[in-house]
Amino acid sequence: MTLPTSSASANAAEETISAGTALLEVREVAKQFFGHQVLKNISLQVAAGEFLTLLGESGSGKTTLLRIIAGFEQPTSGQVWMSGIRLDVLPPYQRRVNTVFQSYALFPHLSVKENVAYGLRVTKVAESEIPARVADALRMVKMEEFADRRPGKLSGGQQQRVALARALVNRPKLLLLDEPLSALDANLRKQMQGELKSLQRDLGITFLFVTHDQDEAMALSDRIALLKDGALEQIASPREIYERPATVYTAQFIGQTNILHAEIRNGVATSGSLCWPVALRNGHALFSLRPEAIRLAAESATMPNPVTFHARVIQQIFSGASEQLELDCDGLRLRAMIYSRSPLSGEQEFAFSSADAIPVRNSKEPG
Amino acid sequence: MYSRAYKFVVSLPPLLWVAIFLLVPYALMLAHSFWLVREGVIIHHWNLQNYSKLFHNPVYVEVLFRSVRIAVTVTFLSLLLGYPLAYYMSFHAGPRKDILYQLVIIPLWVSYLVRGYAWKTILGSEGVLNGFLQYLHITKEPVSFLLYSPFAVVLMLTHIYTPFVFLPLYASLEHIPRNLVEASHDLGASPCTTFLRVILPLSLPGLLAGATFAFVLSLGDFLAPILVGGPSSIMIANIVQSLFGTAYDWPLGAAISVCILLLTVTLLYLTERLEKRWSF
Repeated sequence: MTLPTSSASANAAEETISAGTALLEVREVAKQFFGHQVLKNISLQVAAGEFLTLLGESGSGKTTLLRIIAGFEQPTSGQVWMSGIRLDVLPPYQRRVNTVFQSYALFPHLSVKENVAYGLRVTKVAESEIPARVADALRMVKMEEFADRRPGKLSGGQQQRVALARALVNRPKLLLLDEPLSALDANLRKQMQGELKSLQRDLGITFLFVTHDQDEAMALSDRIALLKDGALEQIASPREIYERPATVYTAQFIGQTNILHAEIRNGVATSGSLCWPVALRNGHALFSLRPEAIRLAAESATMPNPVTFHARVIQQIFSGASEQLELDCDGLRLRAMIYSRSPLSGEQEFAFSSADAIPVRNSKEPG
Repeated sequence: MYSRAYKFVVSLPPLLWVAIFLLVPYALMLAHSFWLVREGVIIHHWNLQNYSKLFHNPVYVEVLFRSVRIAVTVTFLSLLLGYPLAYYMSFHAGPRKDILYQLVIIPLWVSYLVRGYAWKTILGSEGVLNGFLQYLHITKEPVSFLLYSPFAVVLMLTHIYTPFVFLPLYASLEHIPRNLVEASHDLGASPCTTFLRVILPLSLPGLLAGATFAFVLSLGDFLAPILVGGPSSIMIANIVQSLFGTAYDWPLGAAISVCILLLTVTLLYLTERLEKRWSF
């Protein structure tokens, strides 16, 4: 089991995109269902070999976008291209794309082996080639010993593996995964995340992964495309999306944050009794300040450009390695996370680096 | 849990019902099939004469074969009509599904006899169909083979039993998860391949149940031959009916009934086993 280290491969992915070798290109795709705008002009590119996650709450349109790419839905407008071929005009069975379904969708009347062989059989792969490829695919997901079972006799995790093998055996250029881990319990999900990630890296297949679980998205992805109400909120590497969220929604959806309403005058932002230097024009602005960016002033010696402030500790919740603090800074409520230490109380001096107050904007108004 | 007295009271009515209306009549029928009729009186003398009469008289064997032939044809035609209908409604009818379903079901509420007489009106030599054919100058004289022929029996039975084939088929098609169809397309199978490799195999239990309905019900039918069949399409149930009626040979009628019962029970047992094997 390997844990993902996303930054290196993310950089590689972004470079290949700028070099113009996007495997998949979604152009201005919109979808209406009964007058309801489910997707609003989504454009994005996926590089060959990339692990891109479509992240969003239910109703954000992430599954609809996946289904449009797979061919189960038609976009109302816009186009989908893959390696120079226009996909959205092709029926699903003519696209070199395979899907791992949320509920696995294994054929109940076929054995595990026959399920995996299905794609090869129906696309007229030479019969002599099939057993070896099926065995390979089953070995890849560690399901060789279940080859002759019916899917009904398998656990959820095992069905998940078969579904993966059934898709991968066709050597798709692009694998679509629709919340494939959501039906598994927490431990198994963690394990499958690791396996998925290493499989993807070993095979070099491009993964387009849909989830509503931000931790899963952070752990697996080269890049995350965050969707909100059918619109693309931000697309960036997990590190960037966490450290430099573009919008209030992104900052709040990915991790926890404090949103500061600030007034900027002559290079100084003021929010309540907090002031810090910024390089922005005068006016109203919003900032995201992560709880872990706030530290005790006494422990901020190494911090660049520290902004110090006094605040009262209202609540302290011990959670192992860290402590969650609820602070009151002259009526401004702040959440902070510091390394565990003895209980704090009353007025304390805190500090954050002005570079950690990230300017964010409100999401674009729908329509 | 429940007391013994409670269980006894609850299970008594169905047990009594089965005993009085099924087991006792079956036992009487079986007993009669080994008795004799002499000069209009049933003699309680155990023997196998009825059965040997049955197998040595070519009339009975011929009628039995004809009945099976008609039942098989009806089953086949009902499937031919019912499957495409069920498939279309389940997969492609969209919002029209409910109204189409009602249209299929409504004829079931109409009396069997009414539908039989309707066919008489349509097929007769003065009937609607002949009138139409003559009006179009396709035929000069009324076509006579339409009514009072095995053709008419098959037509009427197919009309009556197609909904019986349709219902279990439709239920089993509705039961197929739609993402299996998507998965099949996703793996590169065309709609036709998907039908043959996924939808058809998964609908086999429903197909079998429907076919069993059509076969068993039409094998035991005696009204269609009376209404539209004529002498050339007498079926086995008509013989039983006349043996119990005008001919007054209950023992022979019982022997024939036992044979049909054995045939039907064997068939039901086999299809039950197949259905179990095909259900997932």
